[in-house]
Amino acid sequence: MKLTNILDIEGLTFRYPEAPKEAVSHFDLHVPEGEIVVLAGPSGCGKSTLLRTVNGLIPHMYSGDYSGEVKVAGASVKGTDMRDLSQRVGFLFQNPENQIFMFTVERDVAFGLENIGVPREEMRGRVDEALRLLGIASLAQRAPHELSDGQKQRVALAGVLAMRPRLVILDEPTSLLDPKTAGDLVALVAGLRKELGTTFVVVEHRIDLLVKVADRLVVMSEGKKVLEGTPRDVLFGEEAESYGVATPSVTKLQKMLAHDGLATGGALLSPAELARELEERQR
Amino acid sequence: MIEFQDVTFVHQNGVKALDGVTLKIESGETVALVGENGAGKTTLVKHVTGLLKPASGRVLVDGQDTKATSTARLSRKVGVAFQNPDHQLFSESVEEEMSFALRNFGFPPEVVRNRVAWGLELFGLEEYRKSSPLVLSGGEKKRLTLACILAWDPDVVILDEPTVGQDSLQKERLAGTIKLLKSAEKTVVVVSHDIEFLWPIQPRVVVMKAGKVVGDGPAPRIMQDEALLASARVAQPQLVEFHRSLSSKPLEPFADALEARRWVEGAFRP
Repeated sequence: MKLTNILDIEGLTFRYPEAPKEAVSHFDLHVPEGEIVVLAGPSGCGKSTLLRTVNGLIPHMYSGDYSGEVKVAGASVKGTDMRDLSQRVGFLFQNPENQIFMFTVERDVAFGLENIGVPREEMRGRVDEALRLLGIASLAQRAPHELSDGQKQRVALAGVLAMRPRLVILDEPTSLLDPKTAGDLVALVAGLRKELGTTFVVVEHRIDLLVKVADRLVVMSEGKKVLEGTPRDVLFGEEAESYGVATPSVTKLQKMLAHDGLATGGALLSPAELARELEERQR
Repeated sequence: MIEFQDVTFVHQNGVKALDGVTLKIESGETVALVGENGAGKTTLVKHVTGLLKPASGRVLVDGQDTKATSTARLSRKVGVAFQNPDHQLFSESVEEEMSFALRNFGFPPEVVRNRVAWGLELFGLEEYRKSSPLVLSGGEKKRLTLACILAWDPDVVILDEPTVGQDSLQKERLAGTIKLLKSAEKTVVVVSHDIEFLWPIQPRVVVMKAGKVVGDGPAPRIMQDEALLASARVAQPQLVEFHRSLSSKPLEPFADALEARRWVEGAFRP
């Protein structure tokens, strides 16, 4: 059986009006449903533009020279209106303040559902579930603007998840979260993928958090896709560092030790796993 | 020197953000402020510039009480790059943004020109000189605010989550800049969740939880204190975790991967 792709990007090129160069250039990406894909690359490499072509902000809201095709679940983004797209693609912005604006957390999480006319009873259930999934049920009646940035981020993500999109795009979702909360979020993403089959495309600089759960790591530079593979293959390659992809420190160590013949390089190891492997090999 | 004396601060909504914080930061120290979201880190640094004033207790910057000093005077001494750069960028061009404070502080035009050129180059923003700050990416905006602050050469530099939106090359450069500030004997306070970024800098680490300082000491000691880290929801650096997992090991954890490699080579090479 042929795997169905939830996202197909083919030969995509986009240039903002009067920009000297293309923001995204001849880009191809095919994501089967249920994958977790991490998109990395230096700042200004075109990641944010690429994401806008998937959620439809480009070409529906931003004009420019557009060629190639982006399809979500087989439907062309160009030919689908923003309202329909909002139900297929969930999008979490870098800065949650851009998507939080209601008077209570609960109302904020319900906002998208109200907009698409979800019946009241179902809405209640979906909002409660989203709040629970993100561990913010106790904040339901609070005013979002009183919350910390990390809490705001969780409120925004709850609003995205309540829509139950098949594809969720996370633009640096952990950047404002403390490491434990960030770890919880990554575990949550992995759990949602398993439970609901949701596909995630995650732009993230903190690769260390995601290497264990991601199926694929895609690296962009100057609007082009320059590397693609499993996290292990990309991080063990020679080029990742030069594109500004942060290799986790223990992976850097494992790579050097594998090069020295002191460790294996078959799969990415956690710090404890690497220590265990070294000691077992010595025996 | 920055001194917090039993500082308490209560938000308008009644939440106690700082609860009896006593902390002394000597001139020239590099201090990392860590702890979970809502622990009070940002509220604490806002007290250094006088943006917030304590409900009780005192904050002294070089002996001056922030309650009795104008924010304008404090800002010449203390530069803060806030978490959200949108709150501090307002000019029509990147160049103008950088020049603004310098002119306000009375630097002569050629000094303004030189420092703007220096900052744009150091932070890789030269190509945006004439662009509006609003077209920059999140990471670029953060670099711009940092460039603006360093240009007027304050004694104290406060960086609130400086690595957000930065790729690894930018982070390396940022770590380099912090080391440079350290060697120039500036006081540097870094608020960050990015433990992997902080660890090789080996700063003094102050751990906050629920408005209180719950840990304070050199990075190796704090980062090996698992009970403290767990209670404050702070992650352990990967290399400290690796060090902990070894059954025989050197006394101090490895500061970077190269140091770890050298030790492993010695210990495990048959």
